Amino acid sequence: MSWINYQALWKIVVYGLIAGAGLPALFAVGLRALAWPGARVQSAIAGAGGGTAGTSADDDRLYGGNVLGLIIAVIIALAILAALGWSVYEVYQIGHPPVKK
Amino acid sequence: MGNTAVLVLVVITALGFDFTNGFHDTGNAMATSIATKALAPRVAVALSGLLNLIGAFLSLAVAATIASGLVSTKLVTLTVVAAGLAGGITWNLLTWLLGIPSSSSHALIGGVIGATIAAAGGHAVLWHGLVSKVVLPAVLSPVIAALVAATGTWLVYRISRRLTDTGRRHGFRVGQVASACMVSLAHGTNDAQKTMGVITLALIANGTLAAKSNAPFWVILSCALAISLGTYIGGWRVIRTLGKGLVEIESPQGMAAESASAAIILLSSNFGYSLSTTHVATGSIIGTGLGKKGAEVRWNVAGRMATAWLFTLPSAALVGAGADALARAIGGTPGVIVDLLILLAVVAAIYWKSRATKVDHHNVNDEWSGGVTPAERQPAAAA
Repeated sequence: MSWINYQALWKIVVYGLIAGAGLPALFAVGLRALAWPGARVQSAIAGAGGGTAGTSADDDRLYGGNVLGLIIAVIIALAILAALGWSVYEVYQIGHPPVKK
Repeated sequence: MGNTAVLVLVVITALGFDFTNGFHDTGNAMATSIATKALAPRVAVALSGLLNLIGAFLSLAVAATIASGLVSTKLVTLTVVAAGLAGGITWNLLTWLLGIPSSSSHALIGGVIGATIAAAGGHAVLWHGLVSKVVLPAVLSPVIAALVAATGTWLVYRISRRLTDTGRRHGFRVGQVASACMVSLAHGTNDAQKTMGVITLALIANGTLAAKSNAPFWVILSCALAISLGTYIGGWRVIRTLGKGLVEIESPQGMAAESASAAIILLSSNFGYSLSTTHVATGSIIGTGLGKKGAEVRWNVAGRMATAWLFTLPSAALVGAGADALARAIGGTPGVIVDLLILLAVVAAIYWKSRATKVDHHNVNDEWSGGVTPAERQPAAAA
């Protein structure tokens, strides 16, 4: 009977750093890629994976016009969404253990 | 077998607690998004309410821990549960009035433990469970959250340093909203569970359910609705302290803080720690202040919170113990009713007091001038 479960503690710290600090860092990499300078400057939607047309009046666009950068950003966005979806699924799995009768 | 009238009262009180739990904790998920204007205040609370509703159905793990891991279920009566809830609600509302983000979980656990000690003595409390699953995580979780958030903040600013300020602000808002949504979901999976656990405990104590039963569907549904409604009403005072009082937050910091919170809460639940989303969120926000060069953490505000955290368990326990003693002195159903009438009076008084210095979606983001009440409301300090 120990007071601190060190096994759980280090896992929370390590996985916490990977998910809690790693995913935001990955998101930042995606934004960097999106902002790579290219042929078209300030012409597309800032949202990760958003369409290209329909520019509105405000001009704080992130998309630098580099197609490769856009593709990388979309891949990163999908990877982050997949990670979030997977974590919700995990929570559901652990939260609904098979009914013991 | 059992007492239906008291059971109904206890269930209503428990749902009332769940409601205060929701609006006390809206800020944990949404404060930074509101502060950086990534989301309009009312949109933020509506979104958070909806995600809490969904989250409440996602997991049933924590409910079981609360119902059986902290006090000896054989010694718990309906009166004990009612008195415990009175302690939890009183502390939640008092801290909300002062704009202090204290732990709803600790308020509830403290109330139930105080009432249990008063009713059956210290041996009815599972002390090892209390210390290892509640007290130690409460101390460790904000530190870990701060570490993760500081690391995330540092990385994010480092990687995005070439971006223009406006571009960065806009880009990170998307990430901030996503991460805040994860925290809301995590809150639903954790905190809604705690009330489900308490109602289940009451149903078992009354003999309505067999021991070790799971929460029935109507309990899950009503708890989910109560917490999401509370979240939607929005505890603007606490949102203000978290979003404006601790650190002046930019959207990259907001995203780093919320990601850290969501990761720590979800991971810890997997290990059965019923930790306080409030402690984690506060730790993350402080961490994000530490991780950015030149950002200032208002340590006096943080210190005030930490003091409140120390007092949460014992204070709620005292109220719970007092309520239980009073109820038993009067005896039976009237005892529980007198308890709940007093609770109602306290709730009304606190609500009335809060009207004098109202904080809502209009002034939640006003400049921080040393207290939860915005300067415009204090005649002398008008700019």
